[in-house]
Amino acid sequence: MTTTLWLPTPAASARRRSRSVIPGFGLTMGFTILYLSLIVLIPLAGVFFKAAGLGWQGLWDVVSSARVLAALKLSFGAALIGAGINAVFGPLVAWVVVRYEFPGKRVLDAIIDLPFALPTAVAGIALTSLYAGNGWIGQYLEPMGIKVAFTPLGVIVACTFIGLPFVVRTLQPVLEDAEKEFEEAAASLGADRWQTITRVILPAILPALLTGFALAFARAVGEYGSIIFIAGNLPMISEIAPLLIIIKLEEFDYGGATAVAATMLVLSFALLLAINLLQAWTRRRHGGRS
Amino acid sequence: MRNSLIVVALLFLSSFLLLPLIAVFTEAFRNGIQTYVQALSDPDAQAAIRLTLIAAGIAVPLNLVFGVCAAWAVTKFEFRGKSLLVSLIDLPFSVSPVIAGLIYVLVFGAQGWLGPWLDAQGIKIIFAIPGIVLATLFVTVPFIARELIPLMQEQGTEHEQAALTLGANGWQTFWHVTLPNIRWGLLYGVLLCNARAMGEFGAVSVVSGHIRGLTNTMPLHVEILYNEYQFSAAFAVASLLAGLALVTLGLKSWLEWRHGESLAATRRY
Repeated sequence: MTTTLWLPTPAASARRRSRSVIPGFGLTMGFTILYLSLIVLIPLAGVFFKAAGLGWQGLWDVVSSARVLAALKLSFGAALIGAGINAVFGPLVAWVVVRYEFPGKRVLDAIIDLPFALPTAVAGIALTSLYAGNGWIGQYLEPMGIKVAFTPLGVIVACTFIGLPFVVRTLQPVLEDAEKEFEEAAASLGADRWQTITRVILPAILPALLTGFALAFARAVGEYGSIIFIAGNLPMISEIAPLLIIIKLEEFDYGGATAVAATMLVLSFALLLAINLLQAWTRRRHGGRS
Repeated sequence: MRNSLIVVALLFLSSFLLLPLIAVFTEAFRNGIQTYVQALSDPDAQAAIRLTLIAAGIAVPLNLVFGVCAAWAVTKFEFRGKSLLVSLIDLPFSVSPVIAGLIYVLVFGAQGWLGPWLDAQGIKIIFAIPGIVLATLFVTVPFIARELIPLMQEQGTEHEQAALTLGANGWQTFWHVTLPNIRWGLLYGVLLCNARAMGEFGAVSVVSGHIRGLTNTMPLHVEILYNEYQFSAAFAVASLLAGLALVTLGLKSWLEWRHGESLAATRRY
């Protein structure tokens, strides 16, 4: 999304093609663009085309309704909190997996990808059964007055679940590359552990942490399957934006569904772009140090 | 410090990841093996399993061809707008699955742009199998391409150039030089693509129409059973999907461990 829109001019691509002895540019490029256009780009553009048909006023009428605003707030808010929780525990998990040896490490490393591999509906009903009042975890939280299932808190739990691997997996290669010598040098120069973490380790992993945060956030904003079971789906309270799209579709309100969808797409693209820029800035700022 | 960090990480991972997994299997067998077998041999469950296999059976090979073509075009040639193309390939990952379903309803649905024309031809896409396949295709487009692109980028074009200089044609070069080089990466991509294709819920839910025995995939069948309070049956079908996830994770770890050097060096998602 940070790229300028450049399409190959015929002359330029012909010049480049003649330089390569490898065949198949026309075929593979043609198929790639055709397939991507038919499956992804044209149908996706349809959302914006349809939304444009509603006009600004029409869009605003849908999006500014209290129920839609509440749903958008919940989807984006819970996704942000979930990604935030992962930005704390993700580095810790990545650190433990990269730096320490202990029995069962291989299994632990493999299980981190569970949220990718486990179908979201399965994750959804499993989380619900755990956090419901009589569930394995819920029965201990409920007496303390903490209700997770069927409240916005449940949405946050689901967002954390599906986002975790994004943060851990983007951090792992960076931590593997980060040289232990720097930390040891800092320690031997008299830095305490906290200074070593904040001055040496954190700057080195910050760009990757932001990437992982952005990926986890983007995934959680649009998430549906693992959330709807645990959310309880009360309008205005625990109803997420993707569910609202489905409800509007079931009422044959295509315009309303499209308006919510277009808003979600624009908001999450804008946020991703902002995080990309922030990441480029941190990389420039700390580039010399890592 | 070391031990306390390990303990915190283990506690976090087991409460967030391991417990849900154990819960699926415990709930599935709560009412005994009899109920479990019954839930799986139910004709609607069987139909759902068949439909899931059909959808993945179409979506994975198509995205495999796409992934190879895209990776070939992106890594073997230089052209303007390459990074834009790579971002566009990744686009489905930042689109909500529900929106992925919605876009096909807007195009092919009864009130969609092509809806009336399709209706006149007697072709059904939404609330039918083609819609389910399309939605599955959309959400799994990037998986194989994004595994192959960094891998083939790293491998360069020298092997291919040598083969071509020695007189091999394009297809021979691909089959005998490129394909053996990328086969483990390809398998890795197929594995992840298949897991997502079989488990997709949101996108498929929008276009399916939830017709029992006809347009229900396994995840949708889980939802229906769960909403009817048939918890054991829901978890029984879910346990099959959880089993698939475990097999996927196992094979994936094996590939990383055994053939790590022939996978993309950086594990990106």
